[in-house]
Amino acid sequence: MTHMFDPTPIPAGTVVNVSRRFLLQGVVASGTLVLGASLLPGRAMADWATGAGAMPGGTVNDPHVFVSIDPSGLVTIIASRSEMGTGVRTSLPMVVADEMEADWSRVHVQQAPGDEKKYGNQDTDGSRSTRHFVQPMRQCGAAMRMMLEQAAAKRWGVDPSTVKADNHVVVHAASGLTAGFGELAAAAAALPTPPASELKLKNPSEFRYIGTGTISIIDLRDITMGHAHYGIDARIPGMKFAVVARPPVVGGKLVSFDASEALKVPGVEKVVEVNGWPWPSKFMPVGGVAVVARNTGSAIKGRAKLKIVWDNGPNATYDSVAFRKEMEDTATKPGTVVRNDGDADAALRSAAKVVTAQYYIPHLSHATMEPPSATVHVANDKCLAFAATQSPGGCRDDLAKMLGIPVDDVTVNVPLLGGGFGRKSKWDYVLEAALVSKAVNAPIKLTWTREDDIQHDFYHTVSVEQIDAGVDASGKVVAWRHRSVAPTIMSTFKAGADHEAPFELGMGLVDNPFDIPNLRCENGACSAHTRIGWFRSVSNIPHGFAVQSMVAELAAALGRDPKDMLLTLIGPDRIVDPRKSPDVKGFWNYGDPFETYPIDTARLRRVAETAAQSAGWGKSLPKGQGLGIAAHRSFLTYVATVVHASVDDKGNLSVPNVYTAMDCGFHINPERIRSQIEGAAVMGLALAKNSEITFKSGRAQQQNFDTYKVVRIDEAPLKVHIDIVPADWSVPSSGVGEPGLPPFAPALCNAIFAATGKRIRSLPIGEQLSI
Amino acid sequence: MVSLKINGRHYSYDGDPTVPLLWVLRDELGLTGTKFGCGEGLCGACTVHLDGAAVRSCGIHAADAQGKAIVTIEGLHPEGNHLVQRVWREANVPQCGYCHAGQIMQAAALLASSPKPSEDNVLTVMSGNICRCGCYQRIAEAIALASTGA
Repeated sequence: MTHMFDPTPIPAGTVVNVSRRFLLQGVVASGTLVLGASLLPGRAMADWATGAGAMPGGTVNDPHVFVSIDPSGLVTIIASRSEMGTGVRTSLPMVVADEMEADWSRVHVQQAPGDEKKYGNQDTDGSRSTRHFVQPMRQCGAAMRMMLEQAAAKRWGVDPSTVKADNHVVVHAASGLTAGFGELAAAAAALPTPPASELKLKNPSEFRYIGTGTISIIDLRDITMGHAHYGIDARIPGMKFAVVARPPVVGGKLVSFDASEALKVPGVEKVVEVNGWPWPSKFMPVGGVAVVARNTGSAIKGRAKLKIVWDNGPNATYDSVAFRKEMEDTATKPGTVVRNDGDADAALRSAAKVVTAQYYIPHLSHATMEPPSATVHVANDKCLAFAATQSPGGCRDDLAKMLGIPVDDVTVNVPLLGGGFGRKSKWDYVLEAALVSKAVNAPIKLTWTREDDIQHDFYHTVSVEQIDAGVDASGKVVAWRHRSVAPTIMSTFKAGADHEAPFELGMGLVDNPFDIPNLRCENGACSAHTRIGWFRSVSNIPHGFAVQSMVAELAAALGRDPKDMLLTLIGPDRIVDPRKSPDVKGFWNYGDPFETYPIDTARLRRVAETAAQSAGWGKSLPKGQGLGIAAHRSFLTYVATVVHASVDDKGNLSVPNVYTAMDCGFHINPERIRSQIEGAAVMGLALAKNSEITFKSGRAQQQNFDTYKVVRIDEAPLKVHIDIVPADWSVPSSGVGEPGLPPFAPALCNAIFAATGKRIRSLPIGEQLSI
Repeated sequence: MVSLKINGRHYSYDGDPTVPLLWVLRDELGLTGTKFGCGEGLCGACTVHLDGAAVRSCGIHAADAQGKAIVTIEGLHPEGNHLVQRVWREANVPQCGYCHAGQIMQAAALLASSPKPSEDNVLTVMSGNICRCGCYQRIAEAIALASTGA
């Protein structure tokens, strides 16, 4: 096959993670930020401004990078973002195909390896793929279409404005001449990319695929046949299989080990020490002992025979029960003021009624169904990796740095990810595989067992949130003081970090949209004793749970309908700008410009009203059943969820219906938006009802799915009704993968309250409803 | 030497016969359609058929699968058009798709023994298979489609 452009042939798969790299480069490490992509010649002009240019690699919109056409007319489009289940590997190439008038049935999608200079940013996280790349990908497709039209016009000696690409063919209507894309490929490839200023995007009414929801994911058939290749399925000839025994306590280290019994296990070939980096170790390996065998099963058996002495280090006393008490105590006291409108303390003192509550959410493990795994060969000062990673660019950079070789000598191929949820934004497991490969001089497939995954995760933080709300004599909420206490993700990068960073405060705390004159947010000091990391929707989980639970608590205290209470607090339609409070430092608007993505209470109100209407809010339900509502803006998207909960006379909880309304602006693939919302309801129920990581003597007490409980089909919400707010191109695209999650838990607990009168303030619900 | 009959073909494995079948399939024989999820029979990602019954391949020694007809996702149907595979596509079930080989093998075994299972039966049988993306609504829809002869 002759490729007309020059995308390097790459094995399937890719993904990246934006916000984490941004932190590493822009905040923690000393590296400088790259120039905004929109300022670079030849790069994208935008109808709306985004923060994409501030991400490593920015954006690229050049069809010479993303599109190739062979003489048969097969169009190959590069997917540069990692596929972990959101559908991005289908959705963004579909945008290119639509704009260039390609017939989707003649499109092949090829996954890019990690190369942010070439493809633009690849950090697939922060719910950024669509909002940062829908514009460059439309431009890319439009440029390709123009080049095909120019090639045809040149061939026929006619004015380019008189020809038109139409479903894989260029047509000259006046003469009836036509030419297929394959015929024009070589000539089009030889043309320069048209400048962005000359690009003419399609009229959205002409879209064939965008917005229709009619295109299934590109890997669907392969998935159903077992032919889809995930990171854990990669093979390099001659590879060996490894598992690693890691320090059981974060910050601990290896003292000594005896491998003699392990080496007697059939199939075990070598046992080697793995270098560990001191805590906080960022995304570097924590060290330990690797067992290398002819297959993973033998390596696991060998590992069980290792005799290891660990030094458990400074976190060996970490105990979840004691830590929770400390956090609860901290939350009762003033913390660092991070937003201050009016005088909340005075207003609370003079309030006719004060409602106070503390909310607790434990550590959570991502527990992607595909555990961390990487296949790596380090040889001759080169490194070849296949890794299910959300961030092949960052992973590649760190591999090069760790191995002391040029980044150009490192290849990170990205097969499919069996789930990501933020875990695979951290590439420690890829670095481990490289260390073991180098040590044993062979290609290595390194797999984390489920126990490894649950015991050594970068956990979702643990949190206590206290809200004191003051109501005046007329029943108006006049004061709101929200104290947030939680170990920060920054603790994974910087020793001693003990306050939430702006990007955490901006996730549902200081961006509070309520119409309350005296509103104060505080953040108490809290140190981490384990590795904290991004977990789908991040700090929006605890902040949103507290805020949206308190809304219903106020409703109960005032004898008001919870939906009306919510709408009252959201208040009149307006833009809320937290930057007006001088105490809001470095306001985090998900890395995107506030001017493009303001906090618009009209949109928040609309999703709340929509979800309530779909749920039949106000209808009467049988005893033991109730509706609860929550509305939350995150990742620049507005979501409201109504949960219909049922609690039987033994306290068994079920969720017969969920109603979610999402306003994510202009969207590409409503069918995949629905699947993300359905999934968010399941993950939301898991964290609300079942999931918890606890620590004793510094060790995670959960091991596998028997003790770290998620949600199974027999307790899952199976009727998730979805309203997606229609939006045209004038409404900038915003996040989809994460924002469905935060409203679920508070909506559920509000529904349980409506059903039973019992208020759940501590997750998981577990046995709290048992009678 | 362990001799295995998988998807109608004969394979042999000369390593530790007590290694779980899962790792022999994946690492020794390259049949990576069968997935590792937990290693303890808790998640169902590694489900295969042994003489027609759905079995967790992480929980059975390779040697104990000798003499049985082993079917993995790769061998469920020659063209990938088993009823369950078809309804799975019709309902656009997968998100990341990783657990779906196990889900499909479990559902296929269920429907083979009970072509029109009750909803309760479906939920009970499928509750051994975890999907972290949360495709359960569509899994239920797909199996309902299959049981109505789609």
